[in-house]
Amino acid sequence: MTRVALAAAAFLAAAGVAAENVLTEFPRTPAGLPDLSGVWQALNTAHWNLEPHVSDYPVVIELGAQFAVPPGLGVVEGGKIPYLPEALAERDRRFQNRLTDDPEGKCYLGGVPRSTYMPYPFQIFQNDSDVVIVYQFATGLRRIFVDGKDEAPLDSWMGWSNGRWDGDTFVVEVTGLNGLTWLDRAGNYASENARVVERYTPIGPNHLRYEATIEDPTVFSRPWTIRMPLYRIVDDGFRLLEFKCEPYAEEKIYGHLRKPSPGAAEGASR
Amino acid sequence: MKHRSCLIAAGAAALAAPLGAAAQTAPRTAWGEPDIAGVYSQFTVAPLERAPELGEREFFTPEEMAAHEQQRLEQLARVDETEPGTAEDVHYDFGTFSLSAYEGATSPNSRTSIVTTPRNGRIPPLLPQAVARREARDAARRGREFDGPEFRSLTERCIVWPSMMPPHLAFGYNSNLQIFQSPGYVVIQGEMGDPRIIPTDGRARPTDGLPQWNGTSIGRWEGETLVIETAGFHPDTAWRGATENMRVTERITRVDEDTLDYEFMVFDPETWAEPWGGIYPLTELGGVLFEYACTEGNYGMANILSGARAAEREAAASE
Repeated sequence: MTRVALAAAAFLAAAGVAAENVLTEFPRTPAGLPDLSGVWQALNTAHWNLEPHVSDYPVVIELGAQFAVPPGLGVVEGGKIPYLPEALAERDRRFQNRLTDDPEGKCYLGGVPRSTYMPYPFQIFQNDSDVVIVYQFATGLRRIFVDGKDEAPLDSWMGWSNGRWDGDTFVVEVTGLNGLTWLDRAGNYASENARVVERYTPIGPNHLRYEATIEDPTVFSRPWTIRMPLYRIVDDGFRLLEFKCEPYAEEKIYGHLRKPSPGAAEGASR
Repeated sequence: MKHRSCLIAAGAAALAAPLGAAAQTAPRTAWGEPDIAGVYSQFTVAPLERAPELGEREFFTPEEMAAHEQQRLEQLARVDETEPGTAEDVHYDFGTFSLSAYEGATSPNSRTSIVTTPRNGRIPPLLPQAVARREARDAARRGREFDGPEFRSLTERCIVWPSMMPPHLAFGYNSNLQIFQSPGYVVIQGEMGDPRIIPTDGRARPTDGLPQWNGTSIGRWEGETLVIETAGFHPDTAWRGATENMRVTERITRVDEDTLDYEFMVFDPETWAEPWGGIYPLTELGGVLFEYACTEGNYGMANILSGARAAEREAAASE
C-alpha cells in the first residue's frame, strides 16, 4: 500500500467509513478478469437530461426548489443527441407531457441504459457464465449471458443482454428492447429498433467508466454515445433496500378510476 | 429422467469420493460452494396439506401413488370445463398454454403432503389474535373492495406474491424460481417477484429493523445445504395472516442434476401456536426466465376499477 493510500485509509477510518470498503486495487476473478461485483451508482444529472442543461422549475411548480431540476454538463459525446427532425419534435412533445407520460413516474422498469444512471444504486453479481444486475428502482433484474449468442425471443423493458470481455472491458450488446421506456426525465428516447452497446471498464479501484452507444436509424441520424463514471458504494454495511414503487404510482395510474366519493382511499393499507 | 440423473450423480460421487469419505453429491462452483444455480419449477404433485384420514403417514405406497396420479390426470382433463355464467368461466382458463399449473415441470412426489411439521402434515390453525387481525383487515375493506387500488390485494397491485417470497410455495401459475450464485451471494428471483439478495459471506444480520416486503435474508452454507434465515417483514406483507415478526428458515440442497430439495420452517408465535414447515422438490426447467414486468402490464387493475365505475353508473341510471 502506498503512503498516499495509507493516508487516505486513515482519513476514511477517521471519517467513520470502514477502510476495507475502499479498495486500493480493482479486484479480479481467479481467471484474471476484472470483478465487477459490488454496488455502484452514477453521480450526475443524466437522469434529468442526458444533454447539457441549466437548472429549471420542477414539473409541478408547487413542489418548490427542493424538487427543481439541477443543472448539468450532460453525458452525450459531442453534447447533442443526433435526432432526425421528426424525432426531435417527438422528444419535445414528450418533454411537454413528462408529468403524465414519463414511465419512471409509473414505476415502470427503466430499461437500458436508463437504469444505469437513475438516482438509485444497483448491484452487480458476477461469475464466469453470468453477470446479473439488480437495480434498486422498481427492483429490476437483468441477466447478462457471458459469451451468449441467443437472441431475444421477444421484446421486453430491460431487453436481452449478451456480454463478452474485451481485455478489461465488459462489453454488453442489448437488443430486444421494447422502446416503451424513456432515456431520461426530459423526454429523450429511443424506439424498439434500438441496439445498445454498453462498455464497463475499471478506471480506478472504486470507479468504472460506463459507456453506452445507441444505434436506432428510425430515431437518430447516426449512432451516439454517452459516457460517465460509476462510483462504488463504500458505505459500511451497505445493502440494497427494496424500492417497491408500485404504491407511489397508483394515484398517477389509477387515480381517475377511483370511486368518486371523498375519502375513498382512507383506511386502505399503505 | 429422474432415475437417470440420480444414477449419474451417484456414479460421479463414487468416482470422486475418497474411500470412507461421505459422498459429495453436488458439483461445485468455481469458488468451491455447492452449485445450486438454475431455473426451477416449484410445482409438485404433493398437496400442501395432508388429508386428515392419512394421520401421520408421510408417504403413499406405489399403489396409492398410481391411484392418486390417475385421479390427478382426470382432474386435469376437466380443468378447462367451467360452468357458463360463473366467474371461473370468464376468468383465466387454466387449460390455456402457459397458464396451466401443471404445464412444464411438475415433480413426481410420493409425499402425502408438502407440510411435514407438525407431524399430521397440516398447517396449525390460526391463533384467535391472528383471526382477529384478519377479520379487522377484511372489515376495513368490506363494501369498498372496488373503490381504489389500495383496496385490492397486494398480488393484484404487483407488490408481493405469496409464491415469490420466503417461504416459496407454488401458487397458480408462473411458480418458477431462478437461482444465481456469485462469491459471497446467492440471488433468488421468483418469475413474478423481486430478486432476493442473500449474502453468504458471514456478515451479521442487520439490526436496523427496516421492514421489507420480502423480509431481509442472511444465508450460510452448512455442508451441502444453503441455510437462509429471513426476518424483518413489512406489516402489510401478512403472509397467510402472519405478523411482521414472522421468521422463516429455508434449507436448499441439491439432490441430483435436475432437483433441489427446498425445506422451510415458519415461526410466528403471534399467529401459530407452533412452528410449521415442510419440504418439496424444485425441478430444473432447462431454460431462462423471461421478464414478467407486472406493473407495466397490469391491465387487470384498470379493468377491475373501470368495470366497477361502469356498474355504478349503470346502477345510478336505473334508479
